[in-house]
Amino acid sequence: MSAPPQQPFAVAVDGVSKTFALPHQHVNTLKERVLHPFQRTTYDRFEALKDVSFQVEPGEFFGIVGRNGSGKSTLLKCLAGIYGPDAGDIWLTGRMAPFIELGVGFNFELTARDNVLINAIMLGLTPAEARARYEDIIAFAELEQFVDLKLKNYSSGMHVRLAFAVMVQVDADVLLIDEVLAVGDAAFQQKCHDTLQEMRDEGRTILLVTHDMSAVERFCDRAMLLERGDLVMLGEPHEVAVGYNEMNFGRSGGGASAAGADRRGDGAARVLDAWFEDRDGNRAEVLEQGTPCSVRMLVEAQEPLEDPVCGFSINDDQHRRVFATATAWVGQSTGTFAAGDRAVVTLQFDTVFHPGRYSVTPFVAYRGSGDRMMDLRERLSSVVVTGTLETGGVVDLPHELVVTRAGTETPRALEPR
Amino acid sequence: MSAASGSAPVPYKVTGPSALSGDWRRFTHLSVMLAVTDFKLRFFGSVLGYLWSLMRPLLMFGVLYAVFSVVFRFGGAVNSYPVVLLMAIVVYEYFGEATANAVQSVIDRENLVRKIHFPRMAIPLSITLTAAFNLGLNLVVVLFFMVVSGIEPRLSWLGVFPLVALLIAFATGIAMLLSALFVQYRDVSPIWDVVLRALFYATPIIYVIEQIEDRNETLAHIAMCNPLAVIIEQLRHMMIDPTAPSAAEAIGGAPMLLIPLGILVGSCALGFTVFNRRAPMIAERL
Repeated sequence: MSAPPQQPFAVAVDGVSKTFALPHQHVNTLKERVLHPFQRTTYDRFEALKDVSFQVEPGEFFGIVGRNGSGKSTLLKCLAGIYGPDAGDIWLTGRMAPFIELGVGFNFELTARDNVLINAIMLGLTPAEARARYEDIIAFAELEQFVDLKLKNYSSGMHVRLAFAVMVQVDADVLLIDEVLAVGDAAFQQKCHDTLQEMRDEGRTILLVTHDMSAVERFCDRAMLLERGDLVMLGEPHEVAVGYNEMNFGRSGGGASAAGADRRGDGAARVLDAWFEDRDGNRAEVLEQGTPCSVRMLVEAQEPLEDPVCGFSINDDQHRRVFATATAWVGQSTGTFAAGDRAVVTLQFDTVFHPGRYSVTPFVAYRGSGDRMMDLRERLSSVVVTGTLETGGVVDLPHELVVTRAGTETPRALEPR
Repeated sequence: MSAASGSAPVPYKVTGPSALSGDWRRFTHLSVMLAVTDFKLRFFGSVLGYLWSLMRPLLMFGVLYAVFSVVFRFGGAVNSYPVVLLMAIVVYEYFGEATANAVQSVIDRENLVRKIHFPRMAIPLSITLTAAFNLGLNLVVVLFFMVVSGIEPRLSWLGVFPLVALLIAFATGIAMLLSALFVQYRDVSPIWDVVLRALFYATPIIYVIEQIEDRNETLAHIAMCNPLAVIIEQLRHMMIDPTAPSAAEAIGGAPMLLIPLGILVGSCALGFTVFNRRAPMIAERL
């Protein structure tokens, strides 16, 4: 048995691995076991965690992110002592309370009073402590009138409030929270967020497993990214959030995915290439939300042309057109081309798109309405926009949200700014 | 509300799940809490509440008494047969309830096992505790019938305490074994049902041990190797009928009692070992 690390820590994980043996066929009955006593079951090994090491300092708010199946929950269960790691050590300082799920041990046939006591004892309080905090818990949940109601008669919102109230009052030094905050209505979510903020200010150590990158950026001091059981990133929440988004939407694509894309037009001009560029003018497959970027295409005339229309259409991954423009639409002339002349068309804008994958369809058309195509290449190139700003809709417009007190007398007090 | 409590906390190592981990007080609190919850759920839900659980052994007693005493004239030769029968039924019912409920107990509490770290042993123990509340109340009913049927109180009545303790220990041992095995082998449940039924007839409940002894002494000795038989016969001897053979007499000498005692201790040890070995894996195997 090794010694704990020297410097102060709240959680220290040292080389932890966890492998699950998945039997090919389950010997489920004693009968089978007795009839085939020497039959060996064969196992598939699934490495959920591979040699993961990290430390969390006291008072730190630490995010754990990763895609489904990356090992986050296994890690949390190892920390909570529900799974024993196969290798490595886990050290803790102070009392730990796991919240793998809200309301562990809740029983719908019992009253709120009984359930609060059960839940608090399950989470590590003594019965005396649980009774002492009972009033606070009920007050926090704002359920004073309903304490003697059986839980089955509670609405799901009341249920969640009660469970969350217990969690808050358990008063642990180290909290392990697994996506439990993704439930409830907007008001409850806000309360959860406020409470997390408070707990953070009180100097508690919190490990939060989540898919919500805005929460990671908002709360976490540091974060780590897991992928297939490996710790792939550990550091600033923003960087980890960006890494997570890249991983989620994939890095493949870009110009390479153009092969086989649909192509229309008579070929009087050809679009040779199209690509995205980041603010520094480098070809990019990933763009960060809110940064300037550009889309460019390289066009070659196959025969003499007079003022062809060049344009772009940008679509999201559900094939919705997010934005389209063309030279003729903005009143720009492209001039005269001789056969073999080339031109680069550039569209510049700020990446206001919602995080996700976007493709560009460049086209060259005859002058006029713009629907007689010389060449149109469907989804020639694509880019992934990463970001953490959570707003609704297809684009994140630069915006400002202002609340002005209107006073009580008349609504017309709201005057135009 | 400060998270830090007094002195600086000392780092400790997180161990995986186990049958009995660390703090004994927490283990006790959990076991009792789970048992009390179970008890509340079972009895406070119905209108007649607790009465039902008292009715169960009494009803069973009524049926068996009618069949074997009135129809078969079976218990005529036994002193205070009704009380002997009732006492034996109460003991057997406890054992049956505790072990049969324990079989699926770990699976039934899957939600807890997969979500929280606690000594796993609290689960089967809470089952035998719940059944023990019942046993205690049923024994009060037995006591009432003893007094009504005119049995004189004696000092040897105190023997009920060590005997009940042995009974609970035996049931807990079996409960641990069954609950751990059931996680992996799902046919433990029907198998145990059959075993319990066989045990009902193999144990001197509707008959007394002398009735076997009269026909075949060796068979009686073998029947007395069953710890339940020892407990029931000894209770009968100490509580109801001093003229009835004690367990030592029924098995053919006090040294022979080492066999049922060995079985009792052995099943506790086996149950604990199996449960302890499987406890760390329960959450993964569910």
